[in-house]
Amino acid sequence: MGFSGRMVSVWRFYVDGFRNMTWGKPLWYLIILKLVILFAVLRVFFFQPVLAGKTDEEKSDHVGTELAVRAADAE
Amino acid sequence: MVDTALIGWSRAQFALTACYHWVFVPLTLGLAVIMAVMETLYVVKKDEFWKRTAKFWQKIFGINFAVGIATGIILEFEFGTNWSNYSWFVGDIFGAPLAIEGIFAFFMEATFVAVMFFGWNKVGRKFHLAATWLTGIGASISALWILVANGWMQHPVGMEFNPDTVRHEMVDFWAVVSNPVAISKFFHSVLSGWMTGSVFVIGISCWYLLKKREIRFAKASIRVASAVGIIGTLAVMFTGDSSALHVAKYQPMKLAAAEGLEDGGPRAPFSIVPGVEIPGMLSILATHDIDGFVPGINDLLDGYVAPDGTEVLSAEAKKERGDMALAAFKAYRENRETDPAAAAEAKKVLEENVEYFGYGYIDDKEELVPDVWLVYWPFRIMVGLGCFLLLLMILVLWFERKNRIEKMRWLQWVSLCSIPLVYMAGQAGWIVAEVGRQPWAIQDLLPVKAAVSSLSKGAVMTTFFIFVAVFTLFLVIEIRIMINAVRKGPETGAEDGTAAVEGAQAGDR
Repeated sequence: MGFSGRMVSVWRFYVDGFRNMTWGKPLWYLIILKLVILFAVLRVFFFQPVLAGKTDEEKSDHVGTELAVRAADAE
Repeated sequence: MVDTALIGWSRAQFALTACYHWVFVPLTLGLAVIMAVMETLYVVKKDEFWKRTAKFWQKIFGINFAVGIATGIILEFEFGTNWSNYSWFVGDIFGAPLAIEGIFAFFMEATFVAVMFFGWNKVGRKFHLAATWLTGIGASISALWILVANGWMQHPVGMEFNPDTVRHEMVDFWAVVSNPVAISKFFHSVLSGWMTGSVFVIGISCWYLLKKREIRFAKASIRVASAVGIIGTLAVMFTGDSSALHVAKYQPMKLAAAEGLEDGGPRAPFSIVPGVEIPGMLSILATHDIDGFVPGINDLLDGYVAPDGTEVLSAEAKKERGDMALAAFKAYRENRETDPAAAAEAKKVLEENVEYFGYGYIDDKEELVPDVWLVYWPFRIMVGLGCFLLLLMILVLWFERKNRIEKMRWLQWVSLCSIPLVYMAGQAGWIVAEVGRQPWAIQDLLPVKAAVSSLSKGAVMTTFFIFVAVFTLFLVIEIRIMINAVRKGPETGAEDGTAAVEGAQAGDR
């Protein structure tokens, strides 16, 4: 069996596996639901990284300033 | 000034997420070994009974795996949002192990788990067995990278601080990976997962015995699980001992808090509960020498001279060094483009004092003492439950071997009721590890008050309660699915073990 034949076998293995699932199906729905909640809701609306969109230099400046300001607060 | 309530809510949210994550992980680690042992018995003995038994526990593994999957990703969301200063400050030291873990976990899950569930009757027995073992090994190696990252936070090694990038840069990958704290934490955590899996399997199997169902299946499961559990628990005790040595060496305040030890000394006593002590025992645990010196909370705050003559700085002295480091850090950044000589001088001072960097954020030395109550009691819960569960597994195995366990309903009930206890032990262990290292996000380098992002307290509170709702929902769903699967059972139609076990055939044929 050539490389492409092996790849087709692997593909069929997964397709058959998913198609013939019994108790596993609701678990996959659960996984998909969870991933939607995580990435389409929580990530988009609630967990945007504070440093997102900044260049590395801007990130360094931002955190450097934060650390310096908080050190001043402690004095 | 950072709002202390913001720090509290951010910590609470992280703790909630981590505790929830640790509900699923240990059962994955433990069940992986137990079902792999069962499948090995099937391959060696060529007895269909073991195949069906392994398949049933693989089904339970699959449910736990599906509901637990991606819960760790939420922790990474929180790093970027709630702990952005920390995330940047740790640099690639934290990112590299987590990236390896992410890639490794993905490939492991996409291949070995798929072969395990989809591969029955499609791949050879030995190939399938290898996939089952590799699922467990892969999960454990995945845990290794997470614990390497965690171990670095407890005992930072193998890095240098770059004041230009404000990041720690890895200079010795091997030092990070072979960090003794990470290694003992890895074995301690993974083997505690074996305990969790074992107590879980024993508890469910005893439920079958109580219901007088699937007797052969239940007894066989008890036999395998208790053997794995006893080995795992003994190894947990051994690794706990090496953990104690490392904590004594690298995080002595955590040890002092875990013991409620105000004033230390040689022949330090181990407190069983307040007022009940074993003289010299703490010295043995912390130094393997009954005359070993163990510093107490006051020694660590006031400074002391160790028996080998080393002078351990007081909190005030460390704070002075921390102040110097932070002042030099600021001076370097202010002068690096305008006054290279001043910047070079500042960098030199920073390098001399960088190991105390975090102490510059400490206002009062009392901040350096973690919540003693919240470390002392969870430690006793962890150790007490660990000893109890070891005894339980020995008893269960003993009575199973004597063929008496079917009649011992009290032991069956105790085993069933012990399922929540093993989770309590695991959670208590993490509370000791994480609360005990407060106020540090990174030991000595960055306290939580400097690590936390400048967010509104309300935003963190909102997401905290969203998580409570979402996590509770998923936990309820998992428990319901699992209870249904257990109720359905392996459906062993005959006690000779050769009957069809439709319900245990892991569905995904």
